[in-house]
Amino acid sequence: MVKQYSLEEGVLLKVEDLVVKFYTYAGVVHAVSGVSFYVKEGETIALVGETGCGKTVTTRAITRLIESPGRIESGVALFRRRDGSIVDLLRVDEDVLRKIRGDEIAYVFQDPTSALDPLYTIGFHIYETMKAHRPAITKKVAFKKAIELLRQVLIPSPETRVKNYPHEMSGGMRQRSVIAISLSNLPRLLIADEPTTNLDVTIQAQILDLLKRLQVENKIGMILITHNLGIVAENADRVYIMYAGKIVEEGVTEQIFYNPQHPYTKLLLRAVPDPTKRVEKLEAIPGTIPSLIDPPPGCKFHPRCPFATEKCTREEPPFFNVEPQHRAACWLLERR
Amino acid sequence: MEMLYKALKRAIWLYASFRERLSPGWITKNSSRIKEWELMAYAYSKSPIGVVGGAIVFIMFILAVIGPFIAWEPYWEYKIVTLGEEYRYRAPCLPPGCSGEPILGTDEWGRDLLAMSLYGIRISFVISIVVVLLGAPLGIILGLLAGYKGGVVDEVIMRVTDVFLAFPGLVLAIAFASVLPQRIRGFLESNSIARAFFAALFGLRETEYGQIAALLSIWFAMVLVWWPGYTRVVRGSVLSVREMPFIEAAKLAGLSTWRILIKHILPNVISPVIVMMTFDIATATLFAAALSFLGLGPQEPVPELGFLISKAGQFFPERSAHVVLYLGALLLIMALGWNLLGDALRDILDPRTRRAIEYRLEKEKKR
Amino acid sequence: MSSDVLLEVKGLKKYFRVRGSLFKKVRAVDGVDLYIRRGETLGVVGESGCGKTTLGRLVLRLIDPTSGRIFFENMDITKLKGRKLREYWRHAQMVFQDPHTSLNPKMTIASILLEPIRQHKLEVGDEEEFLTKQMELVGLGREHLYRYPHELSGGQKQRVAILRAIITRPKFVVLDEPTSSLDVSVQAQILELLKDLQRKLSLTYMFISHDIAVVKYMSTRMAVMYLGKIVEVGLSDDLFEKPYHPYTRFLLSAVPIPDPKVARSRQRLVIQGEPPSPINPPPGCRFHTRCPFVMDVCKKMEPPLVEVEGGRQVACWLFAKR
Repeated sequence: MVKQYSLEEGVLLKVEDLVVKFYTYAGVVHAVSGVSFYVKEGETIALVGETGCGKTVTTRAITRLIESPGRIESGVALFRRRDGSIVDLLRVDEDVLRKIRGDEIAYVFQDPTSALDPLYTIGFHIYETMKAHRPAITKKVAFKKAIELLRQVLIPSPETRVKNYPHEMSGGMRQRSVIAISLSNLPRLLIADEPTTNLDVTIQAQILDLLKRLQVENKIGMILITHNLGIVAENADRVYIMYAGKIVEEGVTEQIFYNPQHPYTKLLLRAVPDPTKRVEKLEAIPGTIPSLIDPPPGCKFHPRCPFATEKCTREEPPFFNVEPQHRAACWLLERR
Repeated sequence: MEMLYKALKRAIWLYASFRERLSPGWITKNSSRIKEWELMAYAYSKSPIGVVGGAIVFIMFILAVIGPFIAWEPYWEYKIVTLGEEYRYRAPCLPPGCSGEPILGTDEWGRDLLAMSLYGIRISFVISIVVVLLGAPLGIILGLLAGYKGGVVDEVIMRVTDVFLAFPGLVLAIAFASVLPQRIRGFLESNSIARAFFAALFGLRETEYGQIAALLSIWFAMVLVWWPGYTRVVRGSVLSVREMPFIEAAKLAGLSTWRILIKHILPNVISPVIVMMTFDIATATLFAAALSFLGLGPQEPVPELGFLISKAGQFFPERSAHVVLYLGALLLIMALGWNLLGDALRDILDPRTRRAIEYRLEKEKKR
Repeated sequence: MSSDVLLEVKGLKKYFRVRGSLFKKVRAVDGVDLYIRRGETLGVVGESGCGKTTLGRLVLRLIDPTSGRIFFENMDITKLKGRKLREYWRHAQMVFQDPHTSLNPKMTIASILLEPIRQHKLEVGDEEEFLTKQMELVGLGREHLYRYPHELSGGQKQRVAILRAIITRPKFVVLDEPTSSLDVSVQAQILELLKDLQRKLSLTYMFISHDIAVVKYMSTRMAVMYLGKIVEVGLSDDLFEKPYHPYTRFLLSAVPIPDPKVARSRQRLVIQGEPPSPINPPPGCRFHTRCPFVMDVCKKMEPPLVEVEGGRQVACWLFAKR
């Protein structure tokens, strides 16, 4: 019996109540504890958080890229395919999933060097990606498309570059090549995990602008994972703030930056220097990121929260609506 | 295993309280170190091959130390002379079928094999350990210098190392065996302290100083062959450690090159070396036996294991099968013990497996 | 040189030999003039290959300059060696980027901290008392003293690294990307700590980082480097509001601003081309191959670093005539 799923108009991906745990020597790591979000066609959402908040695990889990000792315990990941059909990525057959990966959903990772096989040229990488999903394609056609893609990602002299090996290119060019490879099958969804963290700031700006342009042109949905609030402000339409495996606040970018409600969001914004301001004082967030093994009861942020109440130590807060499209999980919002 | 861990823990704490008595406050200052030791003890007790290997080595060690003292037959008496020809290569006499005769039979000269092997264990043990204990530091120091200094120093040391590595140890041993023994013999003849010392070390009589000279020349040859391996390994590790910022920080603190090598670089490269040394002792045991087998080592009446096997080869397998089998198995077990120990050590000293073991220990403590 | 200048560098160059080639050289630092006043923080920014990390190490004499001079408190330290060099290191120290590799994993925190003390044979009385008091300065407690580095968090390790650098009460500290390996929430803690220590102990900092927002926050003055040369120096706020050098303008416009309205209203200047190789830099002004304002003179002659207004220096032919 084929289950019928439904998605709202324009929504490309909808994840609900995703739970991922890692069964390690040290104990059970609650990496992701009930995360829900959605991405519309042509929009960019940002998953923001620090190390260990679960943002990377979440995006890997969507296409079941989690390996033992990790386990996707529960959740739903509805995806609207090119042909209009809607599937649950967490339950669909393995061979269907493989068709989707690399073709309809593409990844761009942080380190371009490890995403590229040093033994093959860039052109071959693109050819390989295309052939995996379009077996009929010939090398000639694929290489022509490769040159075109490299041109799109602003790599100069693409005709020669297509024959380059990864080590013959600079870091910025490699990352652009990786983007070209991920775009070779014109995906519906692009997941970029800290795509510019290791790059120079001028290259970073170029690449992010490039991604934005391509995304708008081709109506690709993008999930941008980052801990850099500047990048979020400049590139994201909507933002999800993650902490200790949960989403603590979500909203449209302006709402998050100008009307943050969750204490963590507020502190995070005040811990990041804004160069356009003349005088500022950074506020440090006391304490450290909690261990995800046997987490304590109550709100995960309460040990570091300057506004923590007694209730915060006992019960986990649900989401409270702040304004349309903006909500946060904090007991302080209850009275409103 | 549980008992072993408890016993090791008690030993650690005994040592700790002893140090505490010497300088109060020692325990707080070294609490992390003590934790590390406990962790290693736990990891060791949990490793079956480690425990077996360690047991073998321990037993061999005890036998090596007390062997020559408890051997009930002196090796310098040729029994066939006193007891007759039928004692040559007498077959093993195992109860309950047989009694009153040497349990494992006799060797070519009618000596009780079991008693002879006690002497043999001492000799093999001493040679293998001392070769590694002499060769390793030499190789380590050169490796440290080569890796840290780089440039010309590195090139020179590595090329010399290459030459020694390329040299077939056997040829070197043969060359030494033809030249050295006379020289050393002359030295031992004149120097009575050295004579007494080496005789005691090997569990032999002083009158055998000629054979001791042969043993020492094998020693020499082996040390010369053994150190290059360490230089290579250490140099490789040093190359990666010296790039670490904490080395730069040590420079900024004003430490001299030597101090940096000993205090900062050495402790961080020593783990694989310790493992290598353990395996090497196994190899050295067999190599020394092999050299004796070829006749390059001590001759009659010294009951060196390899030498005894070689002599038995003539009458193999009709009359001397028991000699070859027993002594061969003994060598095997000695080498195996060190190998197993080395394997376990490698796992214990690896920081990655360390963390997994750490958590298991915490869990058990909680129970 | 006035008495309030702590460190000065003139014509500093450092060339590295290229492996496998006798003549090719990487011009990491290629003629730098710089000064740092007592008590201030000079920020040094630039992208990969600009030479800022090499500059930091040159100034501390961790590596020897190819040519040029370095002055510390009016003393020429360019060719210092042996005991005198070690004496210099009592007064000038460094904090490294990665706290996980800048502490010897086999030593306890106490031994790490005692090392510089013992090396310089400083009298501190009871060692444990002394260390405990010092640890308070960086927000750590006595219980951390006898632990190994791997038992501490990243932020705590960096605090130890900072303490190690200041334990001999130096006058000058080079901070090489001190927060780049840390999480955002921890970063703010460390930056505040550094500012606090600067006040308490009258320290002078050279803050090197690729994160321009952080550098601007920490520094009074900022220097922008490109391909081994300084292209602009000035007060941080002024420089950010009104950058003169074309490269500075590109660089600053690329910095992401954590403010959506400001970010969207900004005009991003897009820099052309790829950065040239530091082995074979272009003749004349290094930046001319990518500069939209390039003139003929730029291709032939290197512009000198000149003062264009109070405290601002620029190396560009657009401003040199003044």
